[in-house]
This record gives sequence, C-alpha cells and structure tokens, in this order.
Amino acid sequence: MNLSEIDPITFPPVVAEPASPGRRSFLKLAALAGGGFALALYMRGADALAAEPPPSPAAADGDFSPSLFIRITPAGVITLLASNPEGGQGVKTSLPMIIAEELDVAWEQVTIVQADLDAGLGRQAAAGSRATPTHYDPFRRLGATARTLLVAAAAARWGVRAAELTTPGDATVVHAASARRATYGELATAAAALPLPDKDAVKLKNPADFRLLGRRIGGVDNPALVTGSPLFGLDVRRPAQLFATLVRCPVFGGVLKSSDPKAALASPGVVAVFPVKAPGIVSAVAIVARTTWQAFRARELLVLEWDEGRVAGDSSAGFLAAAERAWASAPAAPALREDGDFATAFAAPDLMRVEARYTYPFLSHANLEPQNCTALFENGRLEVWAPTQEPKRGRDDAAKALGLPPEAITVHLTRIGGGFGRRLTNDFVAEAAVVAREMPGVPVQLVWTRADDMQHDWYRPAGYHSLRGAVDAAGRVVAWSDHFVTFAAGYDTDRVSGLASLRVDEFPGRLVPHCLIHQTPLPHGIPLGPWRAPRASAQCFAQQCFLDELAHAAKRDPVELRLALLGEPRAIPPAEKGAPTFDTGRMAGVVRLAAEKSGWGGAPLPRGRGRGIAFQFSHLGYAAIVFEVTVTPAGELTIDRVIVAADVGRQIVNLSGAENQSEGSVVDGISSCLVQRITIVGGRAEQTGFADMPLLRLTAAPRRIETHFLLSDNPPTGLGEPIIPPVPPALANAIFAATGHRIRDLPLNQTDLRWS
Amino acid sequence: MSTTLRVNGRAHLLADLDPSTPLLWALRDHLGLVGTKYGCGQGLCGACTVHLGGVPVRSCVLPVGAVGDQAVTTIEGLAAADGRLTPLQKSWCDNDVAQCGYCQAGQLMSATALLARTPRPSDADIDTAMTGNLCRCGTYKRIRLAIHAAAQATTTP
Repeated sequence: MNLSEIDPITFPPVVAEPASPGRRSFLKLAALAGGGFALALYMRGADALAAEPPPSPAAADGDFSPSLFIRITPAGVITLLASNPEGGQGVKTSLPMIIAEELDVAWEQVTIVQADLDAGLGRQAAAGSRATPTHYDPFRRLGATARTLLVAAAAARWGVRAAELTTPGDATVVHAASARRATYGELATAAAALPLPDKDAVKLKNPADFRLLGRRIGGVDNPALVTGSPLFGLDVRRPAQLFATLVRCPVFGGVLKSSDPKAALASPGVVAVFPVKAPGIVSAVAIVARTTWQAFRARELLVLEWDEGRVAGDSSAGFLAAAERAWASAPAAPALREDGDFATAFAAPDLMRVEARYTYPFLSHANLEPQNCTALFENGRLEVWAPTQEPKRGRDDAAKALGLPPEAITVHLTRIGGGFGRRLTNDFVAEAAVVAREMPGVPVQLVWTRADDMQHDWYRPAGYHSLRGAVDAAGRVVAWSDHFVTFAAGYDTDRVSGLASLRVDEFPGRLVPHCLIHQTPLPHGIPLGPWRAPRASAQCFAQQCFLDELAHAAKRDPVELRLALLGEPRAIPPAEKGAPTFDTGRMAGVVRLAAEKSGWGGAPLPRGRGRGIAFQFSHLGYAAIVFEVTVTPAGELTIDRVIVAADVGRQIVNLSGAENQSEGSVVDGISSCLVQRITIVGGRAEQTGFADMPLLRLTAAPRRIETHFLLSDNPPTGLGEPIIPPVPPALANAIFAATGHRIRDLPLNQTDLRWS
Repeated sequence: MSTTLRVNGRAHLLADLDPSTPLLWALRDHLGLVGTKYGCGQGLCGACTVHLGGVPVRSCVLPVGAVGDQAVTTIEGLAAADGRLTPLQKSWCDNDVAQCGYCQAGQLMSATALLARTPRPSDADIDTAMTGNLCRCGTYKRIRLAIHAAAQATTTP
C-alpha cells in the first residue's frame, strides 16, 4: 500500500534540490496533513554501480511522486518505507535499518511498510545484489537529514545552538545542559516547516558509533511468517476472486492449433475457458474457476492440439553433440580475448600441460512458491498483486500484452516465495493481465502448477568448456585457453546470449600472460533467464576446478597456486565498459582467510577425507570457500564443514541476514551441483517436479557452515549472489582431494565416487 | 454435498465441497486460511503440512473426504488466542530462521509435532521429522538450531 493513499500530503513541499538530468537523487520534505513530518528521497533509476545484469531502462523522469521513506506523526509513530521487493534476501529489514541508524531511533520504534511500484523510488528490483550498494549512502544521508531537521526544530524551540543537542538513539533530542528532552513526535510538525539543511550541515555518524548496523536483527516479517498471516502473492484474496490456470504447449514456442473446451467447461466450478494470445506471452488456454483445485482438475479435460514448431528438434543430447563438433574444429575468429601468444606458450618446453572438458546442465529456479499473479481489469485500468523481482518490467510487460499505457496499471508488491532470478522475468504478470481482461471487474489469481513452473521456466543456460592450461616449474599459470560452447540469443543469430556469455575480463583474463578465449554460440529455442549470480554461478565450476587440475599437475598446493596467480595486491581496471575493477588484494584476502579458518596446510587428512577451495569475484563481492568432505570407499559423500570467507566492504548491514545469505548460498550451491538438472528432450523440459528435480534436504545439508566477513575499507556491497559461485568447484575439488575422482560434468551425483 | 471441517477449534460447514478436494484447497480457497502453502501438490515438499489429530500430514494430497471429524490444526492455529506465540514460533523469530519464508509454515507444523512427541529431540530425531520439508533458500542450519533452542527453553527448569 502506498502511504500517499492513506495520508494526504500538504503541498507544495519544500524543494531542496531541483531535479536536473545530472542529479541521481534529491530530497523533499513535506508536512503531513494532520501535523507531523515526512521526508522523501527521490531516487533516479539510473544506477552508476550497475555491473550485471544489464539494468532496465532508467525510470522516466515523471512528476515528483511523494515517496515517503520516513514519516513521523505528532504521536511519535515512525514509519519507514521498504521500497524493494522482498524475496528472502532480507532487504525489507536491512534497507530500513540504514535509515533508522542515521535517524537515530531504536529498531523497536519503527514500523516498516512495503511500497507499491512507484516511479519516485528509483529502481525497485531484487536483482544483481545491488540493493545495498545503491542504497547505502543515499539512505544514510536520508536518515541523517531527518535527524538534522529534528535537532534544528529542538534548537529553535529551546533557543539553543544545535551543536549543544544530542540524539541518544531513542527518537528523542536532548539538551543535557538544561536537562531538557523532546520526542521526535513532538518536534515533527515544526521540523516539517524548516528548510532542508545544506548538504554540508548534515553530518553522518562515525561508524564506530553505530547502534544498529552490524548487529543481528530479525526479519520484519518474522511474526507474520510464523503465524501464517498473508504476505505472499498466492495469499492475495480479493472480494469475489476467481482462480485461473493456463495450459501451455509442453514444447517451447509451440502454438495452439485447435481446442475443444466443452468437457472442461462442464467441470464443476469452471467459469470460463478461452485461448490466450498476446504479445510477449506463450500460446495457451486459460481455465477460470471458483477455486484453484477446480481450475487444476479441469486441465486434463481440455482437448488440445498443438503445432509444436521448430524447438521440438532441440535436445540436451543434441546440444552436447553440437559442442563436441564445435570443439573438433577451429573456433571462429575473432577470439573474445587474446593476450600474448597462447599456442606458442602452451607448446613451450618444461611446462605441465592439462586439457579437460567441463559441462553443466540447464537448471530450473524451482521457487517454492509457484509463479502466480492476481489481477483485476476494470474500466480500462489494471491492478495487479505480484510476487515479482522487477515490478516495473512486470507493469511494462502487462502494458504491452494489453496494449494499455503503463500509467493505467497499478502494481502492488507482495512478498516473494523465492526469487533467484526467475521473477525478473514477468511472464506470469502479463499472463494474469490477459486473463483478467477476459473477466472484467473480477479479480483473478493465476496459479502455475508445480509442473508448469518446472517446464516453463527461464532456465540457467547449460555450458560446455574445453580448457587447456599450462603451469611452469615455479607454479605459475602461464597459459590458459577456453573454447566455450554456449547459446546464441535464439536461432537465427550469431550473437551470444547475454545470459550465457563469458566476459572479456573473465577470470583468469588479466592474470595469465597467454590467455585465449573463444565462444561458439549454439542456435536454440530454449527460454533462458538469469539464475542467481548469472554466468558466474555456472562458469566458476569449470574455471576453479580446472585451476585445481593445474595445481595438482604441477604438484603445487591449490591455495599457493591461487595466491601466486593473483599476485601482488592491485586494482585491475576492466577492459569492458561498465564492468567493475578487480582488486587482487581483496580476492587474495578472502582466499587466505578461508584457508586459515579451515586449517588448510595443517596435518594431512587421511584418504577418503579432503579439502577443496575455490574463489570468485561477482556482483562486487569477493568470496572464497573451503569444503571439507568425507567419502566412504562405497562412495557415500558427507560434507563435514564449509568455511566461507567474503569481502563485501567495510560494513555488514544486518549480520543475521548476511549470515543467512551465506548459509543459504552454500545449500543452494550444493543443491545445484549435486542433484539438479533440467534435460531437454524434443524441445521440452523432461522434469516435472521435486521427484525428478530435487532440492537438497535437511538431512543432506551441512551442519557446519562458518561465515567470516573480511571488513575491508571499501563501500558496502550485496550478498545475495557472490557466495554461490565458488560452492560447486570447492565441493568438487574437495571430493578430488578425498578420492582422486575429478568431476568435470554436473550434476556430480552421476559420478561414481567409490574408491579403494 | 456438504462437509464439516473442524479447523483450529472451530467447525466449518462447507456446502458443495467435492470430497475428493484436497484439504489444502478447502483451507485456502474455501476457508481463506492461506497460511498453509501450495508448493507441489504431490506431497513432496511439505509446504502444505497441517496437523490431523495432532499428526503432521500433507494437506495437498489428503482429500477432505478422508478427514472426517478429526481436528485439523493449521499454522494460524498454533499461537494462543491472545496472539501469544508458542516457544517454537518465538524461537523461529529469535533465530531469524526464514529467508523467503514460503516453506516455514510447513516447517513449523512438522517441528511443532516433533516437539509434542519428543520434547528434547536429538539431531537424528530432527532428521527424521524434518526431512520431508524442503527449503529452497537453504535455512536448514537455522531450522535445526531453532528446534534445539525451543526444546531447551521449554524443558530447562
């Protein structure tokens, strides 16, 4: 719910800084109608820190929309706005914590309210681990500005200088000399009438004085979650709501040829059956019923004929065969990256040479809350309640599907039952919009079945790496090449899909003197999408395992070889525009920390036990992980201990949330490489649910996961993604150390781990 | 035909409810109790776990016709009438278990039943009771911790 709908605002508000194209954000102060104080931060969509994935187009410069991040009523009720979608990454708690810290209020004194999609709030997205880096500084300044105003109001009231006043952290201002004290609520109305202070007059706290940031704070929705209160997309219940399911062609891109709805229409509770067709959504038939179950049950009564189309010829086996054919011939020029002279360097005498091929499969996101969206179409306007990671794109996709202007669409953000990148794609919002248009005036909740969810995902791309590398006698990696066979952006293009490409600066580029990277894109019709730490979460497996192979070939310790490769601490600027700088010192720092905390280099482990290490820089975070495993001679794997070391800057915002992200990334990473795959047969996903696409269970999850944050003097960055990429290679490297089995194909449960 | 369901201490008369309807959908779409979650519809993920006569069951594969007059307890029925949380619910908050939170109602129902039978569960007891509840976010370490902490809080004099 948007606060502006509850409380009319007295306008015109004071304008501190005019909106100009060069400004990224500005503040506005408004008085509340019933007295009190509201401070808005107008955040631009543009995001200078954006690294990956590519940002959506910047928010249009519309009229100022009063997005009240801070609201204080005369009664002392302090409300902070949670602007971003919450799907388990913890932003509904951590972002308001930043404001509360500088506002100097106790956490128990604030109420957090979830925002709707609102152009004034900047980019509202759960994407790219970017919430912390884009909000940390602006939110500190926002909170500090509000505190400065409240202090100024107290100074005016008591006729003293602001410098004589303090805020002890409980939403009061104190004048110690005269023992006077006023609450923020008492000062709010006066503060709202003051001019906004100059930037220089707003003093941020010394981080040593933080009372809230860095502590373990429980999620703001915890009480609602443990009592089953409505929060999620599927929890939305509107008056007279109906429920819908869509039956889609199991083959990607298939189109409806004919349908006979009679039997389905006669099924109890079914209200309507109709084909849906609109720009941006797949061909399908909708069933609308009084309950979800009634809609689901009528599915099998539909008589449908599909034109399966071109994608029916695609298969996982076919892609692998195509990769092998590609490897058998010289890759097409030009190389993505070419440093030095790989061919000559690789052939030089006195080197240890290794060649290996690595593959990984398509993956599903498998959000536990199936895709869904509730929509109401009425009088040419659409209102949706959507568990989306990218609500603006959801609105735009719905607008495109209906041919409506985006302004005619209101998007309410629900809590999200797991994102992981799936809900950056808003097909479910567009579908719900199209279904709702057929049922004007009636709210309709579109619910995907588990099989729909598994079979119509936007999958993490499979990948095929053919690697060659050479190490010299001193343990230096002197040559590295990768012929990466990956996926094109469709059938009729040579362009590599942005979701499946190596980067020009990809590791170990910039670190190895003779480096040669080629990409061969395969044409295909499989829907691909971002999956937690896109690219890195897949590619790191091949890169960090192959690095391990080089270490073992050269009889070097895997940590020592990695540190030698990283070399002296230095910041390496990117070759690619907009890409982040890579700091080898920060990378080496977490490698050392993970090694030290794991007891790396101590007494050797007995056969059947082993440690493996891997690292990755992704989404502005540096992570290194050590796995310690036991494999019985019969091949049974136990993960004894996982040590995570991460450098995401100088300040952890919410330690509980941060540790939870780390522990979850470890489990997710294990799940993704141990047991999961989507196989394509005849242009469709074979898997239909948790029986054939399992999630790691509690019994298999490691009991010991230790997280160590290395606080370096760098801006705070996000944690949703950076920790997952090194998980699969660290596990595979540990298994190698324990058993001698080198795992080069995922999922790794296809490898026989028995040893004797 | 009509069915009477006893849910969280109240009897609900549901007219025109097909007895083959899974209990999950009767709770969610007929009674508006949306705390019990739909995850897979196949009894494989545990998100829909409720208690039937105190025993955890998967409501997505349990036809209402099989419920009879047995008492159904859902996540909405755990806390006291005055809103006071159970020690386990409190432990779940204190240990900040959830990430996305979608599986947590089912986790709590399974864990509540475990503590009712086994007030001081071992890790092996937790394994047995909780292995059928999937968490896509991977909060298993905290689930284990929160169960142990609640057990300690309620059994330590």
